[in-house]
Amino acid sequence: MRLVPLAPFAALALALVSTLAGCQREARRFRETPPAATASPLVTDDPLQPGPVVISATARSPYEENAYAVSQGEQLYNQLNCVGCHAHGGGSYGPPLMDDEWIYGSEPENIFETIVEGRPNGMPAWRGKLSNQQVWQLVAYVRSLSGLLRPDVAPGRPDHMEARSMPQATTPARPRQSFQPPASTHP
Amino acid sequence: MILALLQETAARALTFPGAHSVLRPHGPQALRIHELWRFLWIVALVVWVLVVAALLWGAFRRHGPEDGGERSGGGPGMHRAVVGATALTVVVLVVFLVFDFSTGRALTMAPGGELHVQVTGHQWWWEVEYPHPEPYKRATTANEIHVPVGVPVVVELQAADVIHSFWAPSLTGKRDLIPRVRSSLWFQADTPGVYRGQCAEFCGYQHAKMGFQIIAEPRAQFEAWLARQRDSARTPADTLARRGRQVFLASSCPLCHTIAGTMAGGNVGPDLTHLASRRTLAAGTLPNTRGNLAGWIVDPQRIKPGVIMPANQLAPRDLQALLAYLETLE
Amino acid sequence: MSEPPIDRPRDVLAPDSAAAAEERERLELERSWRGRPGFWGWLTTTDHKRIGLRYIITAFVFFLLAGLNAALMRLQLARPESHIVGPDRYDQLFTTHGTAMMFLFAVPMVIALGLYFVPLMIGARNVAFPRLNAYGYYTYLIGGILLFVQLYLNSGPDTGWFAYVPLSGPQFSPGKRVDTWAQMVTFTEIAGLVGAVEIIVTVFKNRAPGMSLNRMPLFVWTELVTAFMILFSLPWVATGSTILLAGDRLVGTHFFNPAEGGDALLWQHVFWFFGHPEVYIVFLPALGIVSEVVQSFARREVFGYPAIVLSTIATGFLAFGLWVHHMFATTVPQLGASFFTAASAMITIPTGVQFFCWIATIWTGRPRFRVPFLFILGFFATFLIGGLSGVMIASVPFDIQVHDSFFIVAHLHYVLLGGMVFPMFAGFYYWFPKATGRMLDEGLGRLHFALWFIGVNLTFFPMHYLGLEGMPRRVYTYLAATGWGPLNLVASLGAATIAASVVAFLVNAARCWRGGRLAGADPWDGPSLEWLAASPPRPYNFQHIPVVQGRAALWERSPDRPVVTGLRTDMREVLVTTLLDAAPDSRHRHPEDTIVPFVAALATGVLFITLMFTPWAVVVGSVCLFVPLILWGWPDRREHTLELRESEERAA
Repeated sequence: MRLVPLAPFAALALALVSTLAGCQREARRFRETPPAATASPLVTDDPLQPGPVVISATARSPYEENAYAVSQGEQLYNQLNCVGCHAHGGGSYGPPLMDDEWIYGSEPENIFETIVEGRPNGMPAWRGKLSNQQVWQLVAYVRSLSGLLRPDVAPGRPDHMEARSMPQATTPARPRQSFQPPASTHP
Repeated sequence: MILALLQETAARALTFPGAHSVLRPHGPQALRIHELWRFLWIVALVVWVLVVAALLWGAFRRHGPEDGGERSGGGPGMHRAVVGATALTVVVLVVFLVFDFSTGRALTMAPGGELHVQVTGHQWWWEVEYPHPEPYKRATTANEIHVPVGVPVVVELQAADVIHSFWAPSLTGKRDLIPRVRSSLWFQADTPGVYRGQCAEFCGYQHAKMGFQIIAEPRAQFEAWLARQRDSARTPADTLARRGRQVFLASSCPLCHTIAGTMAGGNVGPDLTHLASRRTLAAGTLPNTRGNLAGWIVDPQRIKPGVIMPANQLAPRDLQALLAYLETLE
Repeated sequence: MSEPPIDRPRDVLAPDSAAAAEERERLELERSWRGRPGFWGWLTTTDHKRIGLRYIITAFVFFLLAGLNAALMRLQLARPESHIVGPDRYDQLFTTHGTAMMFLFAVPMVIALGLYFVPLMIGARNVAFPRLNAYGYYTYLIGGILLFVQLYLNSGPDTGWFAYVPLSGPQFSPGKRVDTWAQMVTFTEIAGLVGAVEIIVTVFKNRAPGMSLNRMPLFVWTELVTAFMILFSLPWVATGSTILLAGDRLVGTHFFNPAEGGDALLWQHVFWFFGHPEVYIVFLPALGIVSEVVQSFARREVFGYPAIVLSTIATGFLAFGLWVHHMFATTVPQLGASFFTAASAMITIPTGVQFFCWIATIWTGRPRFRVPFLFILGFFATFLIGGLSGVMIASVPFDIQVHDSFFIVAHLHYVLLGGMVFPMFAGFYYWFPKATGRMLDEGLGRLHFALWFIGVNLTFFPMHYLGLEGMPRRVYTYLAATGWGPLNLVASLGAATIAASVVAFLVNAARCWRGGRLAGADPWDGPSLEWLAASPPRPYNFQHIPVVQGRAALWERSPDRPVVTGLRTDMREVLVTTLLDAAPDSRHRHPEDTIVPFVAALATGVLFITLMFTPWAVVVGSVCLFVPLILWGWPDRREHTLELRESEERAA
């Protein structure tokens, strides 16, 4: 066997490696505590916390490019019953999340704040209930619903009834019984 | 060395709480299967010894000048031997099939008058429910199934997410839990004791730590246990525990866990109404002690990486109070 | 491989004698069959031996890489609750191990051995479709590289080698890990189907005159049956992985989503309808090697040739009726399960017949205890254990106890290592001199065998007991209280022994590749035609295609050895014979070397890898693939003129 002929395969392998090495898509991190994007600390139980949490308005979501985190966000979305108001993105009591309309902004920090602080007309504040990691995961998933994430990171179809876009779901005139929000994944 | 290791294994198996072995059957089904297994391995051993002996004898015997060559036919004797061996194979297989089918028939015939238990597989724990016509009398627990001794128990199985498999080898064979497919199995424990089981179908990160225990106890003891499980949790009298209750309800715990008698009604994680009465934590992974419980609450990802339960950063005081409260949940 | 000697026209100007004519013919054959020199020639070659050897080495490299995975897994499991790898990494390790061993090692290895040795054993100059052959190899290579690159990037597939839905579905397997698995399967399926078509057509149409079907060597028979099995089973998994899994994951179809009317069990049926025949695909050619080695080393024709052939064919049919025995723990009704139990027991009979015939062969022969024969003896002892435990788990009651436990891990390794890897090593020692011209070292070979035999049994025998003690498979760790620790340690020590034995083999192969004792054409006094060719064979395999007069072609004691004459030597021409009797039928112009298969494989690679990310890849990739395919079918001007000249000659 001559050694030279292996060169093209090595080159091919290298090309594959270099295209794939840069992506953060597949990493799975179980134990970490990313920073918050809001002014207040999420965990307020301990008065001995060393100083106020730094306001990091520039804190970017660490999970926007990570498929596993987005799918964890999807799981939380179902488990925490976000479905109850937003359905699977089509919206019912709450605004739809699949469209391009964002009342309080579509940036990760905006959505982080929406989840943590709550918003008028029904969105509860989840402060103290969720860890920063979980909120960021939810943020990433919510943004994936309206196509703000890379398609190779966004989750595929879930194992429940398919989400159908309800463009007029927030219009009060529409009779409510026309849309039954599907149950969560747990039968 | 291997013998010593085997002895060590046997010794360890004895200290291990409860049987978890096909070879130590404690129920009628496992016994039948164990009989089949004894037949199978004895036949297998005999066949193996005969074939290998024939091979080695054929290879190492003194070969004469009549052997070999391009065209040696082997003669009618060899033909008869091959045909005979084939016929013998067929006979052994027929005996095997008869034994197998009769065992299979015996196993599937479910006796009447049983106890029904519903088991739901989650990633990565078991939800156990004792149904009752009146909803408030249902008892829900996790990762342990109490059954009365000598009574056939029908387990109705379903899966909440992916495919799992319910396997308690000392009692009976396994059965898969498939999403939206109803399945069931039955077993009977003939001797009181703790029987360990484990998920047998790969179901993700913590497939390895998805165990459960079947606790077989005398009828009266079982009824008493079931009655206790049907109760709601009492509000604790102790101040520390009362504070712990507040910690529980104010933190993220109720999002996922239920404690009957409180506002906590989450259905993502196990029902904690009688947490302190259980023998293990984290699906048969840790003995239920205060230290293990604290470790599990604070950093579950260290014990079961990938598990759905998040880390809880509680202040030490709050944690102590919470533990005191959880220990009252008997 | 050494280059053929450079020949110049003046060498040909020799006295006009018979020997000189012979020599002239040889040089002409050399010139027309030899590929281009250098790297370009390496890339464009369509010689079945160069592609086949590359195939064998690539498959063996994947065997080593997947073996490294196994070593890591055994390291992790050696002690309870160890933290060498976490569940994330461990799941990737075992999935890649199983996937690579089945799809990148076992099946490609038996196909590769077939592509190398079948043409030699049937007296052909090359395989029937040499360019397709090269295409198949490169497709396989790309698929294999894809899988391992993904593993080393920490994004290997992690749902087991049979990737059950819904765990491998879009909801529970985010990212592109499972897509990697599905596409790797697609690549190897293409390569597998290509290999099967090659082997079937080569065997049916390119046999040397006189080699009627009932005179074919048994290895060729097993390769033929395997090729047919590939043809009927691989489309199932290709359908499953590409259309269904990729469809569900990429474009949101609902084949496996019960909430929308899909079915999770559908996948298991589709997969095992492929997956069970797969085991026999791997195992039948290995039995062919056993037959060849047994008759060479017992120095007599194999006993009961018709019985062995019929058993092989019966196994091929029965293998398609067993798939449900992988699913006894799901909701199979009892009557249905009984049918599959009976079928699983029945397949023991043809295997038993072959066992008895080999034992009879050895009994009535004069065995030579060389390394290949030792591996065959090892095969008998170990494979029999796997076969017997296979009968055990054909029983529903027993199977629902040990299904998905370490008992199954033990069983499948006994079957695959005993039934495929033992004969494969026997084949390596047997055919190494043919492929390289050098003998492997006997002493190192014996060491290799001893360590391998001990290692395999030490690793896998305790696993039977672990399974009975309740240890499920695919666990990344286990609690100390289970008592599984000591036997797991034994198994890990066994794994180390296996590693040592493989190192012994690698050292042996590396030393003897160039430095081994020269073998000559027929070092073993073998019966079949490959021993007629030079070692290593010339690009044209045989200067004169032999005419076959019996089953053991080279052992025929006939006064003369007739050969075929009249084939052109100034260009690549092969003899086409009839299917049953191998009577000469026609002459066939054989394609020249070309880069097109390599380019086509690259385009296929682009198509399937991009398909993991967007369905538009089908459109773009088809266009990319269109160009090389057009070039592939482009008429050859030179060929045309040659044909014209030939017909003119005939007319004159």
